[in-house]
Amino acid sequence: MADTLLSLDDLAVHFTVGSALAGGIKTLKAVEGISLDVKPGECLGLVGESGCGKSTLALAIMGLIAPTRGRVALDGSDVKQRPRLETARTVQMVFQDPYASLNPRQTVRRTLADPLRLQGVGNKAEVDGRVMDMLAKVGLRPEHADRYPHEFSGGQRQRIGIARALILKPKLVICDEPVSALDVSIRAQIINLLLELKDEMGLSYIMISHDLGVVEHVSDRVAVMYLGRIVEQGGWQEIFENPRHPYTRALIAAIPDPFHRVDATANRTKAKGEIASALNPPSGCPFHPRCPIKADRCVSELPALEAVAPGHRAACHFRDRTV
Amino acid sequence: MTVPLLKVDELRIALAGDVIHNAVEEVSFEIGRGEAFGLVGESGCGKSITALAIMGLLRRPLSLAGGRIALDGQEIQDASPSEWRRLRGSRIAMIFQEPMTALNPLSPVGKQIAEMFVLHQGASWSEAMDRAEEALRQVRVPSPERRIRDYPHQLSGGMRQRVMIAIALACGPDLLIADEPTTALDVTVQSEIIDLMAELCAAKGTAILMISHDLGLVANMCRRVAVMYAGRIVESQPAGAIFATPRHPYTQGLVDSLPRLGERAKRGRQRLREISGVVPSIASYPAGCRFNPRCFAATDICRNTPPAQTPLPADGLVRCHHHG
Amino acid sequence: MSQSTPASVTADIAAKRRFRLKGGLSLWVGGALVGIALAVAITAPLIAITDPVMSANLMNAEIPPCWEFPFGTDAQGRDIYSRIVYGSRISLTVGVVSQIVNSLIGVSLGLSAGYWGGLWDDFVSGLTNLMLAIPSLIFALAIMAILGPGLVSLVIALGLTNWSYSCRLARAQVLSLKSQGYVQAARILGYGDLRIMFTQLLPNMLGPLIVIATLGMGGAILSEAALSFLGLGIRPPFPSWGSMLSEARDQINTVPWLSVFPGLAIFFTVLGLNLLGDGLRDILDPQTTTRR
Repeated sequence: MADTLLSLDDLAVHFTVGSALAGGIKTLKAVEGISLDVKPGECLGLVGESGCGKSTLALAIMGLIAPTRGRVALDGSDVKQRPRLETARTVQMVFQDPYASLNPRQTVRRTLADPLRLQGVGNKAEVDGRVMDMLAKVGLRPEHADRYPHEFSGGQRQRIGIARALILKPKLVICDEPVSALDVSIRAQIINLLLELKDEMGLSYIMISHDLGVVEHVSDRVAVMYLGRIVEQGGWQEIFENPRHPYTRALIAAIPDPFHRVDATANRTKAKGEIASALNPPSGCPFHPRCPIKADRCVSELPALEAVAPGHRAACHFRDRTV
Repeated sequence: MTVPLLKVDELRIALAGDVIHNAVEEVSFEIGRGEAFGLVGESGCGKSITALAIMGLLRRPLSLAGGRIALDGQEIQDASPSEWRRLRGSRIAMIFQEPMTALNPLSPVGKQIAEMFVLHQGASWSEAMDRAEEALRQVRVPSPERRIRDYPHQLSGGMRQRVMIAIALACGPDLLIADEPTTALDVTVQSEIIDLMAELCAAKGTAILMISHDLGLVANMCRRVAVMYAGRIVESQPAGAIFATPRHPYTQGLVDSLPRLGERAKRGRQRLREISGVVPSIASYPAGCRFNPRCFAATDICRNTPPAQTPLPADGLVRCHHHG
Repeated sequence: MSQSTPASVTADIAAKRRFRLKGGLSLWVGGALVGIALAVAITAPLIAITDPVMSANLMNAEIPPCWEFPFGTDAQGRDIYSRIVYGSRISLTVGVVSQIVNSLIGVSLGLSAGYWGGLWDDFVSGLTNLMLAIPSLIFALAIMAILGPGLVSLVIALGLTNWSYSCRLARAQVLSLKSQGYVQAARILGYGDLRIMFTQLLPNMLGPLIVIATLGMGGAILSEAALSFLGLGIRPPFPSWGSMLSEARDQINTVPWLSVFPGLAIFFTVLGLNLLGDGLRDILDPQTTTRR
């Protein structure tokens, strides 16, 4: 058994957009040069805002988008060479929107049983047993099996979504903003459930979220993405206690602190302006137009992701400067 | 005793259907001149339709079923449509969660701002366009002289929300209602928009009614916060106090249930405190206290009798039989 | 739905009200008209007074509506009522069968084009545009000219020429459903393309497709009338509503009941199908659009 479950090596996914007639063809570098490992039982937090490429990265990991460059290895073998049904047993996904992620015309039972049958589990009693086990694990009752999605609340639907992701007993689950579409009073239930299931089933997670509170709570290691690249990665404590990339600091500073009213003092570390388009990224360091500590060098030269401490790397020319 | 800018008194909003339900009831609060007031709650709690009522924008099947809304001491709940049109924009303005749906996609943004000056202040179009450019500069849109001719789809989400703020504040309203103004935006952009709103309103003396599901965001920006649950205000306190000493079990649950940055480093990973159960739908509000099926402290009285309001220090109130 | 936002509560209630009033009214009136037409077609031998073809009797020629012949008789002395009753079989068969053929072609092309995209999509879209650019009746005329008159040729001609609407609709539906989480989830679970199309996509787009097919049936009945009117549809002496109109065209001033009654039969059946389609749209749409 490999000691890394997932390993990304210089992964890049580019799309061509536009047409030769209207404005010319452009290359969108949705994911650019990402190298990452996820070990069994580990939870990797993936932080970033819209357009940072995290959704594309998720699809590439599951083999649903072919990489332009680089390699995705699951369990030691290239995802391109793995049969789709085998990949399905290894990596699964929990979606953000519990309303759009369940087929409105399928009962819960069918949603959970079909993937099993597809894997060749033909014995009806075994299928039924596994469906019932799974329902119990995510906190639903047996009679819920024959209901349709519209009969459930948002939180219950997300439980069904989690059951569907876990029914094939995968090793890695990509959770794409699993609580951000839920009511605030429901979120804690789902986060607790995900953590319990992780221990119980020995899962690894990639937790994609923009909610740093959630990421800090669940992650062992954290990677911060900006415009298709990883700008900082490290253990959760290093990232949150000693962030070295100004973008990571800006993300932390952007969280409203209920005990301190809005004032000017926090503005030192906040990012200015808007996220650039990945179609037309800035020169040099992609974050420089918004960076509070940018220098001339940042405009011309792309900083590499280099170590600041063992296991902690940041892509900033001033990674050694602390605030 | 000074007259508050906005006084909402025993507001009741009915939702007509097979049976008539009260989507909002017994909602009372006051906002002083230039004050930032927050209304927090989950989807379906009635916070957004409360805002619509204050804007005179309730449409069937929703209707105002009782209560008073007074602006500067003058009751406006029975205003005629033409009086409402005069109030909206010039004295009360509103910004929405998704600016793309609130802006006219076929009109340049400069023109949409200028329209406010023409409509409410009788300015000429050429003068209004100059003032629109100035308004864009105030909301820190870069190179406003060019952006003024852009259409909404050419702007990013954050820029659109800036344009919405410019339109809302164009005529110097007394009250700005912001309904989830940053929910659709990225976190770093969100904090900029919030800062901008707070700063502009402070400079112009505009009061803010901030509506959001994010207790942290609201407490960060507002002086006082009211928490709504299932159509009623369950607790209202100064912003600091609502986090430090929440009195209603629902507020306590909200404060405790979300992982806060820095907690894990201090105390290690602890299981999050859950609020059990689901948010009730309007057709199935429980008897008594509406939070009782989810409440850890519920007793028989909670299941039978709706709790009355208990005053708290600093103009606060809580609606709970066992407020602690 | 135990968890609801104000907007969705409003939508739920609005949907229920539509079901009761608007959808309800046109659904029931349309359903009743179509139901009567179907009942007439099925029970034709029982409710017809005479044989539609063999009852020719020149002694009875061109009698106006009376007790014995409620809709009058034609130049050969045949009972118009009985001919309309038997004619419903042909008109409804043409309407239903040709629409089934259209839907099968349109949905398979639209579904696959929307799902796979690429060159296949370009090809199907081009073909659809081509079909829409040629008036379908002209196209049907050409096919009829090759195949010759008759019921089977009618069904083939009308079934091959009106699939572009369901094709476009199916493609548009797939494009919007494709990005839904449950379709993505199915891919991640290892579902094959065909399985995704049939279990995840098709059931969620049936509502609008049924509506389009129902509306198309009315169109097909009118096209049958037009083709028969032009002499390319059902050959005399067998009755179809269109061929009856066609035969009556010279005598519309002198013997008006020859054209009025088949015309009314077409009118009420097509009206019924359109109302039914509208009613179905109103009750099926809120359920098929996935809530956000």
